[in-house]
Amino acid sequence: MSAHAGTTASSSAAAPLSWKPFAVLAIFLIVGPSVIYPVFLMKALCFALFACAFNILLGFTGLLSFGHAAFLGMASYGSAHAAKVWGFTPELAILFGTVIAMALGLVIGMLTIRSRGIYFANITLAFAQMVFFFCLQAKFTGGEDGIQSVARGRLFGLISLQSDMVMYAFVAVIFFLSFLLIYRIIHSPFGQVLRAVRENEARATSLGYKVEHYKLAAFVLSATLVGLAGAVKALVFQLASLTDVSWQMSGEVVLMTLLGGVGTIFGPAIGALVIVSMENYLAELGSWVTVIQGVIFVLCVMFFRRGIVGTLMDLWAKRNAH
Amino acid sequence: MKKLYQSMLAGAFLAVAAVPAYAQQYSGPPLKLGVLSDMSGLYADLSGPGSVIAAKLAIEDFGAAAKGMKVEVIGGDHQNKADVGASIARQWYDQDGVDVILDVPNSAVALAVNDITKEKNKIFLNSGAASSDLTGSKCTPNTIHWAYDTWMLANGTGKALVKQGGDSWFFLTADYAFGYALERDTAAVVQKEGGKVAGSVRVPLNTQDFSSFLLQAQASKAKVIGLANAGGDTTNSIKGAAEFGITKAGQKLAGLLVDINDVHALGLPVAQGLTFTDGWYWDTNDDTRKFAERFSKLNNGKYPGKIHAGVYSSVYHYLKAVYAINAKADGATVVKKMKEMPTEDSVMGKGTVRVDGRHTHPVFLVEVKKPEESKKPWDYYKILTTIPADEAFRPLKDGGCSLVN
Amino acid sequence: MIEIFGISSQALFGQLLIGLINGAFYAMLSLGLAVIFGMLNIINFCHGALYMIGAFVAWMLLNWLGIGYWWALLISPIITGALGVVIERLFLQRLRDLDHLYGLLLTFGLALILEGVFRQNFGASGLPYRIPPELTGGTNLGFMFLPNYRAWVIVLSLFVCLGTWFAIEYTRLGSYLRAATENPALVQAFGVNVSRMITLTYGFGVALAAIAGVLAAPIYQVSPLMGSNIIIVVFAVVVIGGMGSILGSIVTGFGLGIAEGLTKVFYPEASSTVIFVIMAIVLLIRPSGLFGKGA
Repeated sequence: MSAHAGTTASSSAAAPLSWKPFAVLAIFLIVGPSVIYPVFLMKALCFALFACAFNILLGFTGLLSFGHAAFLGMASYGSAHAAKVWGFTPELAILFGTVIAMALGLVIGMLTIRSRGIYFANITLAFAQMVFFFCLQAKFTGGEDGIQSVARGRLFGLISLQSDMVMYAFVAVIFFLSFLLIYRIIHSPFGQVLRAVRENEARATSLGYKVEHYKLAAFVLSATLVGLAGAVKALVFQLASLTDVSWQMSGEVVLMTLLGGVGTIFGPAIGALVIVSMENYLAELGSWVTVIQGVIFVLCVMFFRRGIVGTLMDLWAKRNAH
Repeated sequence: MKKLYQSMLAGAFLAVAAVPAYAQQYSGPPLKLGVLSDMSGLYADLSGPGSVIAAKLAIEDFGAAAKGMKVEVIGGDHQNKADVGASIARQWYDQDGVDVILDVPNSAVALAVNDITKEKNKIFLNSGAASSDLTGSKCTPNTIHWAYDTWMLANGTGKALVKQGGDSWFFLTADYAFGYALERDTAAVVQKEGGKVAGSVRVPLNTQDFSSFLLQAQASKAKVIGLANAGGDTTNSIKGAAEFGITKAGQKLAGLLVDINDVHALGLPVAQGLTFTDGWYWDTNDDTRKFAERFSKLNNGKYPGKIHAGVYSSVYHYLKAVYAINAKADGATVVKKMKEMPTEDSVMGKGTVRVDGRHTHPVFLVEVKKPEESKKPWDYYKILTTIPADEAFRPLKDGGCSLVN
Repeated sequence: MIEIFGISSQALFGQLLIGLINGAFYAMLSLGLAVIFGMLNIINFCHGALYMIGAFVAWMLLNWLGIGYWWALLISPIITGALGVVIERLFLQRLRDLDHLYGLLLTFGLALILEGVFRQNFGASGLPYRIPPELTGGTNLGFMFLPNYRAWVIVLSLFVCLGTWFAIEYTRLGSYLRAATENPALVQAFGVNVSRMITLTYGFGVALAAIAGVLAAPIYQVSPLMGSNIIIVVFAVVVIGGMGSILGSIVTGFGLGIAEGLTKVFYPEASSTVIFVIMAIVLLIRPSGLFGKGA
């Protein structure tokens, strides 16, 4: 999807890595819970990570996957099961869930990476549906009930995560570090090759790059970080359910990324924040929330293809040009 | 001097005697109740906005305002998702000062809310979900289960039909924990009464078309086809059975979880002859009929079902308990009080709350009327028998609840 | 009574027939999708929602205007097709020059809007729609009781599918459409209004979905969720058959209905998954589908 959204100054390799957005993020994370309900904030952070990780594949490699919920959900089930049934401490449970997502990402990635465009979207959807039905049938996932009463446990066996504030601190740190990681990856030679693949795959191949390997690496990386988000989410809410593996969830992450700005690093996080807030505060409106999401989708595709952050960056660039 | 003293005493007596003319004013904290339900999906008619109406009617009938009680009711939509329901429950308890969560159809959501309620030491009065685990292995000192559960449904319908001659069964089971539980409980009863299970088939949730599964049921030649499913799955199975002439050919259809709103959605021509157990029926006595009339005026003409009745009854009893305690109290304390007092209200009549959290009351085995037998709107049921409260629900010792010793 | 793999032949044939009937719906819906993709290169994610609207229009015609089933079969596709034309003109036309994935995202958004609006107004439980009196009852075929309405479903869908295929492959209009897909500029140069043809083709594809909706109304619940329940399966059918192939989607639709029916007999829990397993296998071996024209 060559939305040419990534060609503004801050994502070209020539610009130095900026610490400013991270300072802002750190302040937001520290101040946030005193103003906003911490559990809601944790939910927003998990989805922000989900969207940013998804964007590695969509915005920076140009591949639209319609089945990313599979990684979110399987990691969530893995982490929940490890914490509840095997009694893993939280950091190990999350690690376990993330590894599951990585393995699944490798398998699905190897099978799908040769397809392009619409076919890629379709085949990732097909695999995600298979994962969905596996989760529906498998005994350990609890089917429609999901895995419930997952203990948050003691971090490193020492610090109890039962309190929402302590859990929040843990989640905020994970999120901050992951975000840093994504930023670093995008602004690296590897990230540059990904962008080259997105712009013109044939040319990248002609330059000698093994495009298939780069695409697969991006896919697995994306799946792993999405898995991290899912594994953490299971402990935050203390349950894992089928919602996380549904195709509607795959659609939602596309919406968040599109709204926030495909091909920008912070865009999907903003998009996630908007969508999660909207669902939360407009919950009394029932089905109108679905309608509003649809409207946002349509508006973004028709007029607003660069998303919130993309559009803001354009306005900023225009202003600087004078 | 003596006369003055006597008249002062008389005056004092009169003054004291005059006070009880006013009801004892409630001096505890204001109360907030949250109806967590499926407001727009599969269970919206059985529960949904109707439950909010039922709760408000109960508060009115209890006379809360006159007693000085400030009671607020809010509604929330869990959309049949355990994570959405859990989020709302947490937020209600942590942020919004909700004391009691009511209703919650969908067993998965109910189990999640059950846990959170115990963690926060609040109160969960469930009328919507079916899982008998809420008063069994998952019982807590903070939860009371109203209206119905899988054991009651299985036992009522299973026993009755076997006695009538339906001694071979084939199950259409919704492929998730609730469906399995319903099948397991009913099969146990059937076998205990001397019948046998001819077979069963697991049907994916939300199946639109049951024709192939019904064909299998037909091929088994079982006398009864048990529908171990709910909501849309049940109505689709029944529609399919009518279309394929299955009931006409002689097999009996046993709905294991049917609500009067399902019958209304199907219409009598399709639903006639369906036999099942229901926890409550609006056309039982004058009080219930009056309630149904008031309710339907507020609910777009739709009549109340057992879940709505359960919400009313649970709210009424809760208010009774809180009024008696008359001070700030945590969830477990109020629930303990509710278990000590017998229940009595104009909608569900008399009942008791057992130590495992099960509310017991008489239940009905009903058959859906033929179209020509129905004389007025919503006149759908023929009551075959009334099962008394002590027989209708699972015996205390069998549940595996840790509160029973 | 012959037994095949432990199932009586009676039961087996019964299931195959049911599978064929379900396949009829898959075929009709995937036909509409294939026509739209083949001619317009748009993945019409709102196809399910439009199928749902087709059923609702029939319901509204009956309950608000007293117009019965037979007229609904004619009127609903026209109304829904008109809606399709509006969608194409208003939205899809502007995306013609962009990456096809935008079309997918737009139609996904439209599907959310349409489904949300209907859910808000009608609830999610579903509304009843009676089988038309002329088609009630059934015949005993010996191995099963076949309701007349279901037989009608097979007849009508075969007629519609084969009729459409014939029209596209063998008529003049069809040949213009096929040419316009290959080389729009050249066809335009010959004086054919390509833009209008595209719009009308989209409308036609939508009308096909609406016919399927009216056909489904008496036997499935008329519910706002009926579209999203079926769309993912239909997608799989189209992909397996080959994204642009009309014949492919017809054959695959019926074929997969039968495959699903067989699975229901031998391993019912997997009946929802089998189509996706087949899809994954086919895509791995033949990435453009069984009858497809190339990735």
